Amino acid sequence: MSVQAGEERGATTNGATPLLEVRGVSKYFGNVIALKDVSCSVGAGQVTCVLGDNGAGKSTFIKILSGVHQHSEGEYLVEGEKVRFTSPRDARDRGIATVFQDLATVPLMSLWRNFFLGSEPTVGAGPLRRIDVKRAKRIMHEEMAKMGIDVRDADQPVGTLSGGERQAVSIARAVYFGAKVLILDEPTSALGVKQSGVVLKYIVQARERGLGVIFITHNPHHAFPVGDRFVVLNRGRLLGAWERDQISRDDLVQTMAGGTELDQLTQEIEQQIKRPAAPA
Amino acid sequence: MSQAITPPPATPAPVSVVDDRLSEVGFVTKLLRRPELGALLGALAVGIFFAVTAESFRTLSGMANWTDVASTLGIMAVVVALLMIGGEFDLSAGAMTGTSGLLLGLLTTEWGLSMWPGIVLTVAFAAAIGFTNGYMVMKTKLPSFIVTLATFFILQGVNLGFTKAITGTVRVAGLADVPGANSAEILFSSTFWEPHNFRISLIWWIAITIAATWVLSRTRLGNWIFAVGGDANAARNVGVPVQRVKILLFTITSTAAALVGIMIALRLGSIQAGQGIGEEFTYIIAAVVGGCLLTGGYGSAVGASIGALIVGMAFIGIQFSGWNTDWRFLFLGVILLMAVLVNNLVRSSAEGARR
Repeated sequence: MSVQAGEERGATTNGATPLLEVRGVSKYFGNVIALKDVSCSVGAGQVTCVLGDNGAGKSTFIKILSGVHQHSEGEYLVEGEKVRFTSPRDARDRGIATVFQDLATVPLMSLWRNFFLGSEPTVGAGPLRRIDVKRAKRIMHEEMAKMGIDVRDADQPVGTLSGGERQAVSIARAVYFGAKVLILDEPTSALGVKQSGVVLKYIVQARERGLGVIFITHNPHHAFPVGDRFVVLNRGRLLGAWERDQISRDDLVQTMAGGTELDQLTQEIEQQIKRPAAPA
Repeated sequence: MSQAITPPPATPAPVSVVDDRLSEVGFVTKLLRRPELGALLGALAVGIFFAVTAESFRTLSGMANWTDVASTLGIMAVVVALLMIGGEFDLSAGAMTGTSGLLLGLLTTEWGLSMWPGIVLTVAFAAAIGFTNGYMVMKTKLPSFIVTLATFFILQGVNLGFTKAITGTVRVAGLADVPGANSAEILFSSTFWEPHNFRISLIWWIAITIAATWVLSRTRLGNWIFAVGGDANAARNVGVPVQRVKILLFTITSTAAALVGIMIALRLGSIQAGQGIGEEFTYIIAAVVGGCLLTGGYGSAVGASIGALIVGMAFIGIQFSGWNTDWRFLFLGVILLMAVLVNNLVRSSAEGARR
């Protein structure tokens, strides 16, 4: 297993310019080093998984990508062009859409209202300018169908959907409004096993439609089945980056958990546990 | 509740026939999803009850009476409902009706303005107060409950203090003799349909309810009002100008209060310094009875109007039935409690199934 940072991640596997790329990015808050020398990229039709335990720098990283924070050092490129986003809106205008874990939909509002919130299609002018409800509902049906979801009732409040379905609404919305790169912030962390599987399927679907997906998670078991490339962060630094064929699931889990640290921990636990006598 | 969204296996579903999917939502489900349903049933019950107990309640002239009470209340209930859907309160709305009426009275009877310039200034002043309310709530990030409670007491003090200092009494009178009063009265305080004498404020109330319903259900602003009350963070994330929407709602509320204050001042030709004190809660009760959630993000203008109608019917019905009018407070308390319990059920079913 190779644990080495910063080589041959400039280009995607087929040599094309990546949709989104960061090179040697660092972020300092005063004298705190939140992120140091991190590189990663994602191309069209690829899923890059960013893995890390709590405090690894995942959220700082996502905030730089989504335009909430600006990087202190390094380069951020979108389709080969250097950028410096000043707001999430800025990033969205360049096709970088971030789906935040719990801040994406309004539970009491209906599906179609949520889908178009902030960018409602209108007809008419002046005081008669109104939302084109028919068109909004039709587009919502179509876009959800492209994700493989058959919406029966456009007026259903989003709060009655399952967590996975709500993620799907956010993803479908981002795609419809022109996202080229989807950044998903821990989309599976609050979900059960089955729902997580559903979200992973949406990620694959987005990839098949030609989007670049950056999938942030602390769960290597969720990342491994869908990822084309894995980037592991640890204490604000790049621990390693692998293409899919360069690493096995077990190695990824090991690396994620801090390798030898976990072995040690397992032994300690085993020593401490006094096996109870087998039940009669 | 059954899941309406089902991820089918493997292949994406065909984009086809929308109609057969829509038909699967039952009529009852659709009905229960309306925020004003409970209020409508309540209005029927209250109406039938007083129609039985008081003969004059059933007549057209009686109806002119209770729709009159409901109309000024209803105008305020509708705008307060918009504000509540947007996730905020305005406790100064009642006192603001008094402030506006008094200001119009002082401008015209004491400071020599004629009626129409007085009305324009009064409305502008009220809008400025509402804007200030909203601006303070947004900038301090304090609950609007506490900020507008302060505004409420400030206005109450100003109303009494200024009125006493300037007129020597606790009322401003003589508005009927001001130049331009006649034309203003036609617009704000006349009656129609002799001999029952329905108030023109009834027309204003209906028009404002229709306008508010249009805004809420069919415009972008309406979508944004639901969003800023339902989840301000999510709304901000998708680009909704949260602060502007909320400040606008505060401004609309106090402007409507000015309209009601002007109506009352012109109707009586005079206005008391204590006008409107305590009514802010009646507005909120009407809105809540009409299905607005206290937590924001849900409700309707029609519901708030029905809530105001219930209150209007009860106030006049109690009087017509020959009972002591003090009982109306008991009534208000009871319907508020019932409405809050019903709304709680609505919310949990609308927000249920969260996993």
